[in-house]
Amino acid sequence: MLQPVIPMVTAALLFGIGVFGVLRRRNAVLVLLCVELMLNAVNLILVTSDVVRAQITGQVFVLFVIVIAAAEVGVGLALVLRLFRLRANINVDDVELG
Amino acid sequence: MTAIDVMLSAVGLVAVGSALAVVSTQHLVRAGLWLVVTLGAVAVEFLLLRAEFVAWVQVLIYVGAVVVLLLFAVMLTRAPIGRSTDLDRPIGPALLIGAGSGLGLAGLFAWVFRDMRVNPPPTGSAQRVGEAIFGDWVLPFEVLSVLLLAALVGAIVLSKKDT
Repeated sequence: MLQPVIPMVTAALLFGIGVFGVLRRRNAVLVLLCVELMLNAVNLILVTSDVVRAQITGQVFVLFVIVIAAAEVGVGLALVLRLFRLRANINVDDVELG
Repeated sequence: MTAIDVMLSAVGLVAVGSALAVVSTQHLVRAGLWLVVTLGAVAVEFLLLRAEFVAWVQVLIYVGAVVVLLLFAVMLTRAPIGRSTDLDRPIGPALLIGAGSGLGLAGLFAWVFRDMRVNPPPTGSAQRVGEAIFGDWVLPFEVLSVLLLAALVGAIVLSKKDT
């Protein structure tokens, strides 16, 4: 027997830490890193709900989320590198909009 | 609490602690290395929850590829080795929203799942996951491959010298 409450609470805390990091960090690479934390928290919730419902669908969705995260981080880092080449600075506060 | 609960709690503590280090360290490279610890701990949680295939994919893709990519980006943007001084914004709003959402969700889950006990499920082996993907979820799988191709082309176009 296991208690699904433990991984659920862990995932909730990881998600909160990810939100905190996205808002707190100024460096664009660190912001991407914290987004990965949030995506991982969601993966943990999906796997845990699989355990609760005795199904496999959640794990399929975890694989989909991992693929999307890989695509996101690839394009995101290309954008960050382009920004660095244009401005020599990747502080998200200093990006001029418009 | 059974043995598996104790292990889940211990690994969860490692994950949360290293995640806190990711968002609080002043060394850019160390943030990436702490993220490896967090992702590894989450992979161990997957193993404890019998999601075997997903755990190994997590180790391969996240720890193997994504973190290496992030560390490459850290080096390519000429991050200083050692302490940086301008990594953080003021802590107030971030702490409010982050702690609010994290602790709020944690409280909600703790209340909803407080008395639930489940038997460990059958192992999520590659065979079971593969049967589910290629049985019920074949169309999203194919769409996802197109998305990956688009992301690949997009990343190449973005990082070309002059476009």
